[in-house]
Amino acid sequence: ARPLGGRLWSMLLCSRPGCVRGTWEWSYVQTPYIIAIWLLVASVAKILFHFSQRFITVVPESCMLILLGLVLGGVVLMASKKQLYQLEPALFFLFLLPTIVGDAGYFMPARLFFDNLGAILTYAVVGTLWNAFCTGFCLYTAKLLGVIDERVQADLMDFLLFGALISAVDPVAVLAVFEEVHVNDTLFIIVFGESLLNDAVTVVLYKVYISFVEVGAENVHTADYFKGVASFLIVSVGGTLVGLVFAIILGFITRFTKKVRIIEPLFVFLLVYLAYLTAELFSLSAILSMTFCGIGANKYVEANISQKSRTTVKYTMKTLASIAETIIFIFLGISAVDKSKWAWDTGLVSCTLVFIFVFRAVGVIGQTWVLNRVRLVPLEKIDQVVMSYGGLRGAVAFALVVLLDGERVKAKDYFVATTIVVVFFTVMFQGLTIKPLVKWLRVPRSTSRKLTINEEIHERAFDHILTAVEDIAGLQGYHHWRDKWEQFDKNYLSKLLLRKSVYRKSELWEAYQKINIRDAISVIDQGGNVLTSARLSLPSMASRASFPEVTNVTNYLRENGSGVCLDLQVIDNVPGAKVEEDTETHHVLAENLYKPRRRYQSHYSRHFMPLGEKERQDREVFQRNMRSRMENFKSTRYKHHKKERSLKKRRGSDTKDDGSDKPRRNVSSQDKDPMLVPVEPQVEKPLDPEKEEDVGITFVARKAETPKQRPKSVPAALDGCQSPSAVSPTLSSEASHLPWKGSVGLPPPCVSVEATKIIPVDLQQAWNQSISSLESISSPPAPAESVHPRVNALSRLGRSRPTSYTPPGSVVGSTSSIGAQVSQGFFHYPEKKKEEEEEEEGSTLQEMQPLMSSLWPPSSGRTRKPCVYLRSLVIPPPPGGSEPHSRGPTQL
Amino acid sequence: MGSRASTLLREEEIEEIKKETGFSHSQITRLYSRFTSLDKGENGTLSREDFQRIPELAINPLGDRIINAFFPEGEDQVNFRGFMRTLAHFRPIEDNEKNKNPTASEPLNSRTNKLLFAFHLYDLDRDDKISRDELLQVLRMMVGVNISDEQLGSIADRTIQEADTNGDNSISFNEFIKVLEKVDVEQKMSIRFLH
Repeated sequence: ARPLGGRLWSMLLCSRPGCVRGTWEWSYVQTPYIIAIWLLVASVAKILFHFSQRFITVVPESCMLILLGLVLGGVVLMASKKQLYQLEPALFFLFLLPTIVGDAGYFMPARLFFDNLGAILTYAVVGTLWNAFCTGFCLYTAKLLGVIDERVQADLMDFLLFGALISAVDPVAVLAVFEEVHVNDTLFIIVFGESLLNDAVTVVLYKVYISFVEVGAENVHTADYFKGVASFLIVSVGGTLVGLVFAIILGFITRFTKKVRIIEPLFVFLLVYLAYLTAELFSLSAILSMTFCGIGANKYVEANISQKSRTTVKYTMKTLASIAETIIFIFLGISAVDKSKWAWDTGLVSCTLVFIFVFRAVGVIGQTWVLNRVRLVPLEKIDQVVMSYGGLRGAVAFALVVLLDGERVKAKDYFVATTIVVVFFTVMFQGLTIKPLVKWLRVPRSTSRKLTINEEIHERAFDHILTAVEDIAGLQGYHHWRDKWEQFDKNYLSKLLLRKSVYRKSELWEAYQKINIRDAISVIDQGGNVLTSARLSLPSMASRASFPEVTNVTNYLRENGSGVCLDLQVIDNVPGAKVEEDTETHHVLAENLYKPRRRYQSHYSRHFMPLGEKERQDREVFQRNMRSRMENFKSTRYKHHKKERSLKKRRGSDTKDDGSDKPRRNVSSQDKDPMLVPVEPQVEKPLDPEKEEDVGITFVARKAETPKQRPKSVPAALDGCQSPSAVSPTLSSEASHLPWKGSVGLPPPCVSVEATKIIPVDLQQAWNQSISSLESISSPPAPAESVHPRVNALSRLGRSRPTSYTPPGSVVGSTSSIGAQVSQGFFHYPEKKKEEEEEEEGSTLQEMQPLMSSLWPPSSGRTRKPCVYLRSLVIPPPPGGSEPHSRGPTQL
Repeated sequence: MGSRASTLLREEEIEEIKKETGFSHSQITRLYSRFTSLDKGENGTLSREDFQRIPELAINPLGDRIINAFFPEGEDQVNFRGFMRTLAHFRPIEDNEKNKNPTASEPLNSRTNKLLFAFHLYDLDRDDKISRDELLQVLRMMVGVNISDEQLGSIADRTIQEADTNGDNSISFNEFIKVLEKVDVEQKMSIRFLH
């Protein structure tokens, strides 16, 4: 290619009209340009279809796309007299089909697939063979009987060949139609699995017949038939093996991508695609290969790669598959308009339509009858109807028929026409009517429901029970072998293919975490209107396992349902120096300035993806709203505390005077708005270190943003609370006060009404206690101490949890009175309580410090550090020999 | 052994078992030969050791619990009748049984009985409640050593919290049924016995 400048130059030089056209370099960009335009057309078409929601629920997308293709084909044909665009078999088999099959294989529900593998294989192999032979022979009979016109020059071999390619149920069409029908899982997996696995049969039959046709039917010996059977075994087993080999390679590679997360998705695509191409290279069943590569690798890859990569893989695969499907259907439509390619024979077309439908139905009923004697869950009559009716033919058949050699197969044009009609009929007519049919038959629909933790646990138990019962009854049944496989997988495969860190995790624990994440997300989604005392468990909780004092946190979590728990993985950072001041300044600024939408991106990295600006903005807005709500609320409570507050204020300013570096903070908060919780910045610090680059959801804080603060939080996190989640009563409020943190990815978790109800009674007690204790404060003179959330954890270390949240402002003795109050039914619903809490924190801030020491059991000296650290940020440490180590950090 | 099985198993006994468990004649004789092959003491009953000799059961995390389920409370022998009664829980529910007269006594393989079997695996002290400790024990058996007590604890807590409707911090059988109501227990607690 010439340099761009040169081309521009020549364009400018060429002043004659018409010459400019020639210098457009169309030929230079043609191919990618056309591809891009097609993609664009296809995508826009999809958007347009989905404009009318009602329409799209009635008419499947695939029908619309074919119709659109017909229209476009007509336009192109009229414009250029010749059909320029076709569904090229090479394009189809090398690019379009793999994207769909790859997606299907990778996201195949493996358990469901293997649970029904027997049925799937039967339908795929026996069913397809039955369809192929019967259709072929019957068409030949019809030809002999004269139903099919003389012009169709075809003998038995040709018809058998045609039968082979027309009989296979097509994965693309099945997916496109069944996706919208939502039949129950078993039914779907059987039809869809069949459509994938019958590829081997189709490929072999097709190739065998092609070779038979080439050598001529009379030269085929008996041995050749056996060769055909042998080649079926080679093609199917070989394809599967190739797929599994690539699955192992893929799993193994993703073990080592920890440092290069950004290319993880690429490996998935490449290896799955390579599995397809390699199988194709050796003339094995490429679809089988790709399917099994996907199924096999999924478990290990998903466990190894990061959450973000998982999302990327998922979205990219779905996008590619969706676009490939769109293009296939549009091109099917377009190809149909090309008159030069086909020749019509009514007899052939109608016979084919009738035969494939009848044989499909007969085949399904016959096989189901046999299968039902063996199957645990018999397939009902309505299932059989849907399966017969769902035998859609599609682009694979079309591409195969186009590939036929017109020289050898004389009737190719007739076959092409018939295939197009069959494809259109099945996709459009059957696709259109299957939905009403399913509704009318009341086929059980799928419920897309995620398992609860109970279901996860009990279903595992069921599996074990069934395995044991099979063993006791001496049956070598399905569960027996599944268990054997699981043992093998656990002992060898997983060891080989999973990262050590992942391997050590329990599956149940993973499931638990997933459920927690789901809850968290749904809680956030319901967001906004409920203040958050959300107890969410974040995925990274597992890492806590390595800490000795986990128990407290877990207890806390336990007591709170699930707690906000952030990843502590990165906890072991080296303390740095002099962070506080920066933090302080940063915080003052960050908290009080509204952050406008940023127009630029501060850095660019190929290896990390910045957090979405939109997200940040939303969070900011949310936090601001929250805060203003809180202020409103405060104003109602204000009177109540006026007296105390004035006292406090005075005291606060006193302390300020002797404060060395941090008074600023107090001044601002107290003078302007005593309600603001001034110390918030520190609260979040512990979160920072916990961030892991590979966090699944946004509310795990990142370390990258506040690296300097880590030092402080180390002791905090280690000693005080294993995780900020432990802190949760205040955490969320703090989050809302920490806008700069917000950008780090911690939207205040919110609790939905449902979520609050699972907060156990004793938490609410703690809550009440904390509040009432604050209320009971008369005027304890003391320098301010923030109620750092860690306090909870800290004090919990030493004493029973309910007192733990008692803000230090209250005299130790007062806890009992608090308890009494609680028992008298002093109760706020959480949202309100929370706000109160925040308010109280602000107002009692000043009094707390000296009391802290009395609250803390002496044994927990180590654990005090974080709090001291906090205090040191806020105020100069008061003289107090009781906490010698705690002052350590301040002096840094 | 087959001949011995048929000699020891009287026709009327088979009929009774058939009526009680719903197994077919051939299934009963087949399982009887399995029973006798397990019965190393050749005294017509199985002891715990007989079960423990099954090699696969030794690696089954819930193996011991399941063996226990075969033994009526306080006994350490189970005869063929009891053996079949326990196995009958796992017989798939057949079509003709679904529409059966609801007033008739519930067959052993009904959904409730399947669930009850599973429930009793957890409920070690037979107080009709799965306490946190009982759940923890089962969880520990199932997950092995890869998980810390705390993690397991939080799973157990969450599980109980999810299921517990009356706030007693344990799962009663009704709560157990409720929490699994969407699960296809009929299918997931059935195995195919050879005919």
